[in-house]
Amino acid sequence: MAQTDVLQFEKPILEIDAKVKKLEEFALEKGLDVSMEVGHLRRRQEILIRTIFAGLTAWDKVALARHPMRPQTSDYVEMIAEDFVELHGDKAFGDDQAILAGFGTISGEKTMIVGHRKGRSTAERLQCNFGMANPEGYRKAHGKMKLAEKFGVPVLTMINTPGANPGVGAEERGQAKAIAESIRIMTSLRVPVICCVIGEGGSGGALGIGVGDRLLMMEHSYYSVISPEGCAAILWKDGAMADKAAEALKLTAQDLMTLKVADEVIPEPLGGAHRNPRGAAESLKEAYLRNLRELRPVPADRLIARRYENLRRFGKP
Amino acid sequence: MAWNLGLRRKSKMPSGLWLKCDGCGEMIFKKDVEDRLNTCPRCGHHFRISARERVRVTLDRDSFEELWADLEPVDVLGFNAARAYSEKLVQAQEATGLKDAAVCGLGAIDGREVVFLVTDSAFIQGSMGVVVGEKIALCAEKAADLRVPFVAVSGSGGGARMEEGVLSLMQMAKTTAALERLSQAGVLYAVVLTNATMGGALASWAFLGDVTIAEPRALIGFTGPRVIRQTVKTELPKGFQTSEFLLEKGFIDAIVPRSEIRPFISKIIRYCGAWPSRRVRETVGASRKGKAR
Repeated sequence: MAQTDVLQFEKPILEIDAKVKKLEEFALEKGLDVSMEVGHLRRRQEILIRTIFAGLTAWDKVALARHPMRPQTSDYVEMIAEDFVELHGDKAFGDDQAILAGFGTISGEKTMIVGHRKGRSTAERLQCNFGMANPEGYRKAHGKMKLAEKFGVPVLTMINTPGANPGVGAEERGQAKAIAESIRIMTSLRVPVICCVIGEGGSGGALGIGVGDRLLMMEHSYYSVISPEGCAAILWKDGAMADKAAEALKLTAQDLMTLKVADEVIPEPLGGAHRNPRGAAESLKEAYLRNLRELRPVPADRLIARRYENLRRFGKP
Repeated sequence: MAWNLGLRRKSKMPSGLWLKCDGCGEMIFKKDVEDRLNTCPRCGHHFRISARERVRVTLDRDSFEELWADLEPVDVLGFNAARAYSEKLVQAQEATGLKDAAVCGLGAIDGREVVFLVTDSAFIQGSMGVVVGEKIALCAEKAADLRVPFVAVSGSGGGARMEEGVLSLMQMAKTTAALERLSQAGVLYAVVLTNATMGGALASWAFLGDVTIAEPRALIGFTGPRVIRQTVKTELPKGFQTSEFLLEKGFIDAIVPRSEIRPFISKIIRYCGAWPSRRVRETVGASRKGKAR
């Protein structure tokens, strides 16, 4: 793991990982049994992680949500979906790599999966524009959702974006219009729609695939009207005040539960999803299937009516 | 280009007999500007106007009946930046005489009833928080219920209001859901985009009109020009994110100068909203009953 892939508050945790590794190598070399010592170190580490994570600030949480090693949409698709068929273009302009879409089967449940794609390597990240979608990305997203609706396939979205792409081309091709259309279509899809913020929920770019019957949030994800940096630059006239902005915006998964915007927080493995991606994927899968079981029997008209009532109550004065 | 700076420039009418136009930089006689619905007699620059003024220039005289006027914003998050949101609200309320950025109600255009809403750019840049979102949703529901067209005028340059956090963001979904219902009810929704309309407002209610028109040279876009400039690190094309740019790219139906907006909407309503509203029917029914007695 490169040094840049480690957050400041994670360092003591990783020191113990390194110690364990060293001890095990030594034991292997010498043919010794060190399970007692390793167990002791792991217990110490668990306490350490719990202590550190109990004291995380909103800004630390944002850093965790953006962690370079954090599982992404494509990782979850690989871990929870079988028989995945990727479907590409928006049938109008292009194929936005910042959106991943396709049919997959999750524990036997046919599902349309649509999510932001960030990419891991530098080349991938550039190709995916760091998960910042263009208008064609949103058109691709709602095009595939309409397809799913036509054949009665439920939709699962995975939100993970710093925001919609701020660019000249994006404006020329109608970024606002594409997002508005996505939101509009999602309010009236006649199949269950379950949305999950897996990392960053950046503003309108997140909401563009974020309207449904349930909003789930991974334990260390955030969802905000504006990035903490953007908010700090405008309201404090100083981007360096992002930590204060993150606090003020009430953007963590836990805050969104308090604000009654999120329906459920999906627990992550100790130390965050990146320390145990399989564990995180299992939790996500369990939450999806459980929510789908609740929504599946609801007739489409009732489903849309409930979705409406749910949206309608947001911040009711 | 002067209008590109619309967000920061003070287009409000200063006191005194003369003023300098933000569009052409010429000194112009204030009375001439006022006589032309607050547009420049030389270059046609559209000065920003208040919500009350917009009601006056769009609807039939004395037809406006304000609804939900008592809805007041709440500082749900207890938001404190360099300045507290609660203070900012009080200041905006004192400056505009409004409780929040949206004013709405029932009115008529050439005798045809409409539900009307306007967001005032002088109130925290017309940004959408819970109250603005709520009023838009209520208007859409009212229009669907009465089966009368809904006409909205946006001056929401501030997009979704930061100080109400994710609840502002959710107003995008809320307003859109209500407008989708209105659309499915087969009732007209017409939008007038004015300087400026940006971000979350444009990416929801302001861009979902059956018919969408804009005043000339308004700044209209998703991401603010300053942020785009910082991101792409080059100068932006001339006229970028103006009404004219949107027309060229095919995202609006027409650019309509302020003096023509009323007749334009009136025509659209004639084509797209010709049946009598329930309220009109009820009133007519009631007066008939009265006569019978």
